[in-house]
Formats: sequence, structure tokens, C-alpha cells
Amino acid sequence: MLLVDNVSVEVGGKLVVRDVTVEVGDGEIVALMGPNGSGKTSLAYAVMGHPGYRVVKGRVVLNGEDITSLQPYERARRGLFLFFQNPVEVKGVSLRDLFKAINTSWRQVEGVDSLLEETAAKVGLKRELLDRGLNEGFSGGEKKRSEFLQALLLKPKCLLMDEPDSGLDLEGVRLLADYINSVAREGACVLLITHYPSLLQLVRPSRVLVMRNGAVVASGGVELVDKIAREGYSSVVSRNGL
Amino acid sequence: MGFDIRGFELEELTGVEYRSRVEITGRVSRSLVEEISRSKKEPEWMRRLRLRALEYFEEAPAPQWLPYIQRIDLDEITTLYTKPDVEVASDWSDLPEEVRRIYERLGLPEAYARYLAGLTTVLDSESVFVGVKDFLRRLGVVMVPMEEAVQKYPDLVKKYFSRVFPYTDHKFAALHYALWSGGVFVYVPRGVRVPYPVEAFFFLGREMEGQFEHSLIVADEGSELVFIEGCSAPRLRRESFHDGMVEIYAHPSSRVSFVTVQNWSRNVINFNNKRAVAEEGAFVEWVEGSIGSKITVTYPSTVLRGEGAKTVSTLLSISNGGYIKDTGSKVIHAAPRTSSRVLSKSIVANGGLSVYRGLTQVNKGAVGSFSHVECESLILDEKSGSYTYPIVHLLERDADVGHEASTLRLSEDQVFYLMSRGLKRNEVISLVVNGFVRDVLRKLPFEFASMLKRVVELEFEEYGGVG
Repeated sequence: MLLVDNVSVEVGGKLVVRDVTVEVGDGEIVALMGPNGSGKTSLAYAVMGHPGYRVVKGRVVLNGEDITSLQPYERARRGLFLFFQNPVEVKGVSLRDLFKAINTSWRQVEGVDSLLEETAAKVGLKRELLDRGLNEGFSGGEKKRSEFLQALLLKPKCLLMDEPDSGLDLEGVRLLADYINSVAREGACVLLITHYPSLLQLVRPSRVLVMRNGAVVASGGVELVDKIAREGYSSVVSRNGL
Repeated sequence: MGFDIRGFELEELTGVEYRSRVEITGRVSRSLVEEISRSKKEPEWMRRLRLRALEYFEEAPAPQWLPYIQRIDLDEITTLYTKPDVEVASDWSDLPEEVRRIYERLGLPEAYARYLAGLTTVLDSESVFVGVKDFLRRLGVVMVPMEEAVQKYPDLVKKYFSRVFPYTDHKFAALHYALWSGGVFVYVPRGVRVPYPVEAFFFLGREMEGQFEHSLIVADEGSELVFIEGCSAPRLRRESFHDGMVEIYAHPSSRVSFVTVQNWSRNVINFNNKRAVAEEGAFVEWVEGSIGSKITVTYPSTVLRGEGAKTVSTLLSISNGGYIKDTGSKVIHAAPRTSSRVLSKSIVANGGLSVYRGLTQVNKGAVGSFSHVECESLILDEKSGSYTYPIVHLLERDADVGHEASTLRLSEDQVFYLMSRGLKRNEVISLVVNGFVRDVLRKLPFEFASMLKRVVELEFEEYGGVG
């Protein structure tokens, strides 16, 4: 269970997230929507513990434990995973290197190499990309597949998915949707950030929150998704009188 | 065969105590130079060479291109010659216990027993151990302390000594020739391929001391040699000064690899003058792992004098903390169809500074020559800096000369990304650093690669603290 409890986030002295509360139960999918620049990614970074995204108010609770002051690696080791919208390039460090390091450090898995190759095949990531620098020269779709592969290998209990579908082809989106649905069925909590409603036709969240200018401005059931798809963000925002 | 990390835990070794028999202290002067020459019972030609070098030293201006040289006060270096109270031994058990213990901590007796064909160790200013295995002797290879070579093989020494790297090159080269002491002379006869490496290990045991060892390697036609140079010093309170020199003469079709693993303690100012001449079809390789010292200035250089001669330099430098590495490789293409490759990687962290200062010169007439220089630096934080000054003198149109430089600055977003996968900050650093040095390590013999890899890991183990 993930609880973002009345959280405000500052970046470089500027408030980018204001008093946001989000609760995602085990086995639940919650969608966080909103236009570009509304603070969705900042919230995800703060929940994962990016030092540049300071939680100045409120707390983040994972499975009953306050993780607000934990390092990103400690959050990861407790089962939190951030599926990055735009993962950075890291020259000289490949997916294979990363998983070997993870294996030595905290998560001993037998046969990392073959597991990596099988999973790459499953998510449709070209095998040679396992040995290139992380995200180095990857296409948008390849970056998403790499994030997808990492999620599959790390088996997180709670996923923050930041625009996981952008740049993916239709087949990729379907694979991803199946994955999200199945991890939720198995009891993981999923906070799904998107500003395109398309993925939400395949993954039906139990609740939908809409952010704008750093605050949650609307919340409701899945009907919000359809309304946003038809009439745009302003329709849901004005209905709530904001 | 496996290598140990020799000398890389010695920083903790504070109280290194052994007696010295002769100490020559005071300012650099004619009488001091003459005293060194006298104590070595040198022939007249060597005494004169020293004095000529001293005159040059006194007249030459301090190099202006090294801003931090002004900070070096030679008057602070009070001991310019130290002869430890030890007779040269060829058996470890003949060394005094306190000296033997230092070498045992450095893993040298084991290394010698396991994989070296020969080993010389220099303590302060003199060789104290010279081991040459029987098969090396049978091959006709000469490996003796430089002083002994001056006495025993004067004609051979005269022919090469100071010919590859003359004292007129710069002020510190002149100082070196005035004060040189210790070092090793290696001669590999025609056609002899030495199957195992030979090593020289330099240890500077005292503060405010100068070490000026001179090594000369002559590889005769078609011969092959791998030479390892190791340097270490315990942590001392005050600075010490190292101004050593290596001259290599590679005769036609010979191959010489010179591998340095430098881990001076962080108060040694290190000038290491290294130059090779490669004759027709010869190959000279420099490998320089530059880890320790306060300031290191070293530019392994090769003059490709004969047609088809080749050289490769692989440099890896680390400046972790407020230390300076001013390194680079210099190559003079002085004959047709010569080729050179340089790969330099530097890592800076915690306020470290790294400078690449390279030279590629292709002389008129060195047609069909090829040169490629690649410099990469990894900057781990905002406090640290890295600069590249590659100089190219192209005097021949018919040559293929290339240069690539790149800088990788580790960003907080990259660290965050990798930490979000469950890695601690220091594990992230080690992952990035290992990724960065991988292609350098790949070029090295397995033993050096694993040794350097471990050294690099140790260096950054604590970087960024817990988490």
C-alpha cells in the first residue's frame, strides 16, 4: 500500500507539488492524469526520493512505513519502482552491468544472464541493447521496453509508472497493459501517470486523480477518463469549480 | 597467476623505520653533486655529466606552463641522497628484518617467486635487492643496478645513457642528471624474448627526501621485454620529491612494454621523465596507471625513428581529492609509415584536477604515418576539473592524424536513476567508474587489468559516503 499523505514538493526553492494526497491500495490501480507541467513527474520523483525534489510537507508511507527520509535505494529495496518517463543515458553502464551490480548488491538471482535475455525477448528489446550503455541511443520505444524489462526483473510491490506507454507501438502498449493488470491482480499497487487516456482503455483504474499546477484538482471514477478523452482537461476541472 | 594489490594499503603504514648509512643533505650545489659522485666511486665521464647537468639546471628557467610548479620549493627537500644501511641482497633473507617486512607487505617476494624473471627494488636512493632468475641469466639478459652498469659495462652505458632523454630538455631533467641515484639497467641481447616480466620497485621511505632513480632499457634487434615499474611510499607528514627517469632504446624489430603502476602516497610530488626511441619496425608500449601522489607530471614519449616503428600508450589517471595529474603521451613520427595510438582516461573526484597534455608530431618525410589519440575524462562532481591540451604538429601532408576527446560528467539524475534500482551511491559510482575504465582494462594483460580494477574499486569505495 502506498500513501502520499498531504505532500508538498520543492524544486530549487520553487513549490511544484502542493498538498497532494494519493492512496493506492494493494492490488489497486490509480491513474494520475493532468496536462504537461502539472507536477505528476515531480510527485513521482519525490516519492522515489530524488534529492532535488524535496518533500517540504507531508509524508510518504509504503506498506505502513514512513519512507519520506529514506534514500532512493532503500525505497527500491522495499519494493518501490519508478518506471521513468524519460530515463537518462548512462554511458559505459549496460543493462547487463546494472543487473550484475544489483545481483551482487542486494538481490541475488540465479542465472542473471539468461534471465536478462529471456526477459528482453519477452518485452521485445533487441538483445544487443543489453550490452550498450543504458538508454544510449535508444529510441523512445526502446527506452520504455528497457524500463519494462527492469520492472519485470525487479518484481516490485509498488509501481510508479510515469507515462509508460508514450513512444510504444500498439503491440507494446498491449503487452504493458497486460503486465499492469497482472501485477495488480497479484497484489501490487500501481500509480499510473499519464496524460493520454489511451492506455486507460486497456487498464481500468479504480480511481482517477487529475493534477493541475501542482495540486489535485479533480478525482473520481473511471468515467473521468472518458470525459477527458471526449472533452479535454478543462471539462473536469471546471466541473469541480476550480 | 594472480596479482596482489601491491602497496595500495600502505598509506596506513606510518612508522616505517630503518637505518640509513649515508645521507647527503643541503641545497643542490656543486659540492653536493661531487659528494654523490665520489660516494659512488664514479668514472670521470659520469662526474662531468653530472656537473654539466647541474650547470644547466642552475641556468634553466622554471617551466612556465605548469602553474603549480611555483609551489615546489626545492629547499624544502633537504635530503637529496640517502643510502639505506643495507647491503645489496639477492636473497630476501639477507635483508634486515625491518626492510624485508616492508617488501613483504608490498607482496614483492611472492611476486618474484611466482611470475617475475627479475626484480630490483630501490629503497630511497639505492638498490637493495636485485634478483635475477637463472634462466634470465642464461638468456644473456643483463639486469643490474644502474651504478653497477656504469662500472661494469661503461661502453654500453655510455652509448645510451642520456642519449634518449638529454638533460637539456628541461630544468627537472637537468636536476635529475645532477643527482641521479639508483635505478636499473636492462640489456636484452639480439633475438632474445624474455618470457616473463621484469620489475623495478621504488620505495620512498622518508619525508623531505628526493628520489632520482634512472632506468635504462636497451632491447637489441628482434628482442622482447615486458618491464613493470611499481612505486609506493608510506604516508608521511611532509612532502617528498620524485624526479625519476626512464630511457628505452628499442632496436629494429624489438618489442618493449613498459608498465607503470604508480601509487605514491599523497604527499609525493612526482616527476617521471619517460622516453623511448623506436628503430625500424620496433614496437614500444607504455601503460601508465597513475593513482597516487600529490602532483604527478609525466608524459611517456616515443620517438619513432625507424620506418614502420609503432607505439601505443594507454594511460589511466585518477585524481580523487585535491590532487593533480598532468599527464599525456608524446609521439614524434620521424620516419615513414610509423604509427601511434594513445588512449587516455582520467577520473576526477572530490576536487581533483586532471590535465591531458599530449603531443603528436609528424616530421616532414614521415609519409604514410598514422596517429590516433583518444582522451576521455569522467568528472564525478562539481568540485573537480579536467582539461585537455592535445598539440599536433603536422609537418607532412601525407599522414593520417586523428584526435577525439570527450568528457563525461556524472549528473545527479544519473545517480538517482541507478539508485532507484536499489544501488547505494558508492555502488553507483563504482558501476560508472568500472564502465568507464573497461576499455582501458581490456587492452591490458589480464593480471594488470584485475589489479588496476581492484585499485580503482578501493579508491572509490568510500566515495559519497554511506548511501
